[in-house]
Amino acid sequence: MMIDWNTINFAWMPILPLLIVGLGAMGVLLAGVRIEDDDSGVLGIPTVAILVLAAIPVMFGFGQPHAVTFAGALATDDFTAFFEIVILFAAAMTALMSIDYVSDAGLPGAEYFSLIMFAALGMMLMAAANDLIVIFLGLETMSIAVYALAGFMRRDPRSSEAALKYFLLGAFSTGFLLYGIALVYGATGSIKLDAIQAALTGSMRSNPLLLAGLGLMIVGFGFKVAAVPFHLWTPDAYEGAPTPVTAFMAVGVKLAAFAGFMRVFMVHLGPVRANWTEVLWVVAALTMTAGNLSALVQTNIKRMLAYSAIANAGYVMVGMAAAGSAGAGGSILYYLLAYAFTNLGAFAVVVALDRRDGAGDNISDYRGLAARHPGLAAAMAIFMLSLTGVPPLAGFVGKFYVFSAALDAGLVWLVIIAVLNSVISAYYYVGVIVAMYMREGSATSAEAFIRPALTATLIIAAAGTVLIGLFPQPCVMAAANAFASALVSTPHHLMSMVAP
Amino acid sequence: MGTYWLTGLIFTPLLGALFVLLQSEARAAWRAAFIFSLIPLAISLYLFAAFDTTNAGFQFVEQARWIPHFGISYHLGIDGISLFLVILTTLLISLSLLYSAGGDIDNRPREFCFFMLVLESGLLGTLLAIDLFLFYVFWELMLVPMYFLIGIWGHGRKIYATFKFVLYTMLGSLLMLVAILYLVGAARAHSGHLSFDLLALYNVPLSTAEARWLFAGFALAFAIKVPMWPVHTWLPDAHTEAPTAGSVILAGVMLKMGTYGFLRFAIPLFPGVAIEAAPLLMTLAVIGIIYGALVAMVQADLKRLVAYSSVSHLGFVMLGIVALDRQGVDGAVYQMLNHGVSTGALFLLVGMLYMRRHTREISEFGGLWKSVPIYAAIFMVVMLSSIGLPGLNGFVGEFLILLGAFLSKSVAAEIAVAGVILSALYMLYAYERVMFGPITKAVNATVRDLDAREISVMVPLIALVLLMGLYPKLLLTRIEPSVDAMLSHVQSAQARLDSQAPVRDAALAQP
Repeated sequence: MMIDWNTINFAWMPILPLLIVGLGAMGVLLAGVRIEDDDSGVLGIPTVAILVLAAIPVMFGFGQPHAVTFAGALATDDFTAFFEIVILFAAAMTALMSIDYVSDAGLPGAEYFSLIMFAALGMMLMAAANDLIVIFLGLETMSIAVYALAGFMRRDPRSSEAALKYFLLGAFSTGFLLYGIALVYGATGSIKLDAIQAALTGSMRSNPLLLAGLGLMIVGFGFKVAAVPFHLWTPDAYEGAPTPVTAFMAVGVKLAAFAGFMRVFMVHLGPVRANWTEVLWVVAALTMTAGNLSALVQTNIKRMLAYSAIANAGYVMVGMAAAGSAGAGGSILYYLLAYAFTNLGAFAVVVALDRRDGAGDNISDYRGLAARHPGLAAAMAIFMLSLTGVPPLAGFVGKFYVFSAALDAGLVWLVIIAVLNSVISAYYYVGVIVAMYMREGSATSAEAFIRPALTATLIIAAAGTVLIGLFPQPCVMAAANAFASALVSTPHHLMSMVAP
Repeated sequence: MGTYWLTGLIFTPLLGALFVLLQSEARAAWRAAFIFSLIPLAISLYLFAAFDTTNAGFQFVEQARWIPHFGISYHLGIDGISLFLVILTTLLISLSLLYSAGGDIDNRPREFCFFMLVLESGLLGTLLAIDLFLFYVFWELMLVPMYFLIGIWGHGRKIYATFKFVLYTMLGSLLMLVAILYLVGAARAHSGHLSFDLLALYNVPLSTAEARWLFAGFALAFAIKVPMWPVHTWLPDAHTEAPTAGSVILAGVMLKMGTYGFLRFAIPLFPGVAIEAAPLLMTLAVIGIIYGALVAMVQADLKRLVAYSSVSHLGFVMLGIVALDRQGVDGAVYQMLNHGVSTGALFLLVGMLYMRRHTREISEFGGLWKSVPIYAAIFMVVMLSSIGLPGLNGFVGEFLILLGAFLSKSVAAEIAVAGVILSALYMLYAYERVMFGPITKAVNATVRDLDAREISVMVPLIALVLLMGLYPKLLLTRIEPSVDAMLSHVQSAQARLDSQAPVRDAALAQP
């Protein structure tokens, strides 16, 4: 087949951030050739710089009207920009908290940091993707890099176990997603999201092939966002992976997976939402409840945060089940932003106390932390309270926003399940605060690794958690506009979903 | 151009809290915290002096945009219902800090002062917020420092008490949040305008079922805080294990947030359901009065006795509120203040005794009158105020409440009177065992009497007991207009609902 290259619109600006991250990753890989592993954490500094640099063109892209480029493969709108910013932020924070960790643990920093950037590249691609194949490409780019990162502590069997489990189940889930894509293609005749949406008329809306495809795609995305019952890999993978990688998995991977999930389902499959919101209702309820109940009994903080991340995916899916409400999309974007600040901060605290050989990750290791490291304990208390949903922190505003959207969509019982879950979650989040402030540390409690880069990570995360909670208006507006901008291209009958 | 008195009131303690954290020395921290707590006290007294007794609405109002996307504003105001609770809060925080500096808290004093001042901000914000979102923010914010106060400086099973307190209050708050969100959504569907402002949410048309569920959501949160029987079980643990200052604030101010919530939010927002639910709430209130008194009677621990007496006293307050007439509600507001003063004082006195003897078992004492006469005299006045002796503050409130209850529902009032007698019984009996009789334990003969600091903590409270007992008009003239306005809103809303109910339910039944 001849391709007429002139008919294809190549707008380079939208992919400039992707190019910067990709080329930067290769540069860091090359630069690392001459650096000893014990010092290779220093490569985190150029990594952060590259990621920040990549954010600049994204920032300039804000506010541009919805458009597609590269033959409709990528969408450039505020939805893409919003996710790219948060993904770049998550990757930069991960790199920042890894600087000392990588050197202390003697990990090969060149590979480590370039894998983080490659993963970020895949995530951004998922956020920008406007067809199912590009979503798949982004997902694979991200996943393969993260599989390798999870197993990065080669001498630690738990790390290998984490990588193996994550890889096997991840590959399995990718299969589901791909099969779903194939069925949707079979039903609608296109992989382009706009074309699929345009095909959803008449009897196509209840086409069994389409519905089977949607079901399989929900399974595939469900694996990546760690929704119940596809979550079983999460605790083991999170526990065994190097702690900064766990942070990246909990925040970055989840963000990217939700970006794809939302773009496909909430934006383009909106016309058939009656077919999938009820499934998500059930999945959301299960995910919140199973996540929170399992978190209650954890003694390892990384496992606890893993189950907490599962529960949080459940709250996000409450927002997805509320797709009929005008505020639902914006509420999820804000929730994910709040979640990114809070969880990156919480994991940075775990990095500070991690002994680099897997010790120091028990909640009992946090006993008496307030007396030894008051600043660290105060930061962790802020993150735990934000996760609980205590105002005026970011996590509260996120829940507030998602719950109002869900009530607007009439999901009263789902919201009640969600708030009861929040009460359950208070028990284990407050448990960490109790350990830090109200129990005595033992003489063997080791000191925390608090160095400048980690301190910076903590300050950024804590300040963000407080500020976007106290003054949410700009972020709320950005989130609402970002989701609305993804909808701009949608046919007229969908416009009732957009806020008045 | 408005004034910023209320903002100053809320945020001075928060500034003080940050300032206290900068202090490296314990003495400097105590001093800074106490001085910072005097500023809001002074502001609240100024508000009392400048309060317009002819204005039933909100005064010193401030309003600014906060989160316009959600229709949320920073909206503050004070009226006759909140004015005295604000003064009570600022006073009790100052006195608690003064008392705690005298040796009750010697572990991590700087953090203690920090949490006390943050607590003050949260409490004042809760009382002054007119925007429901802002109210919820402060409502939750006041709980967090209390978790720390109980968990770090508490006694015995403090961690158990902390968890119980956290989970109980979270449950109530979050269900209330759902009710708030639903109400705001219904208001927007009706008016097309998104707003969390309390004043914009009166008279939202709701079906009877919706109004009942929403009232239940608010009422549960407030009932847990009051606490009403049967959701009171967190209280004895939290009160008993909390440090003295924590118990003073918990009993003196925080419990009133529940009754205040009924007066400010649950009843005016859903007047029809409130009238419907009054018999149920009245029954629970009376059960609380009798149950609290009976359980208090058999306590061996002095602090637990005071804690259960709160269940009984707050039952009276609820009885007055749900009587929904002028005397009852006036009395309830008055009794909220009385309980704050006298129970706050009782917890301080128990704390002083505990510091000296490191026990609170009633059987450990006996004959203290001889060794600590000043203490015993002050205790006597406070106890009599708590019982409701005429001439002291407790009498005025109980009298008005019972009068109001008699005027509306006589049976509840008749049973509640038994609570008055029971409270005299358990208080006097406890007092007798602690103060009178022979000194059976040698150590009780050498207990030292109150020092200057402790006397200066108690003097303002005793003065209030006498002032409020002898000259209630000083307070009632400020309380009455706002209470009357609230009640006339309830009655007119009810009248309107009665005339529209069949039409509206039919209209809402349409798809």
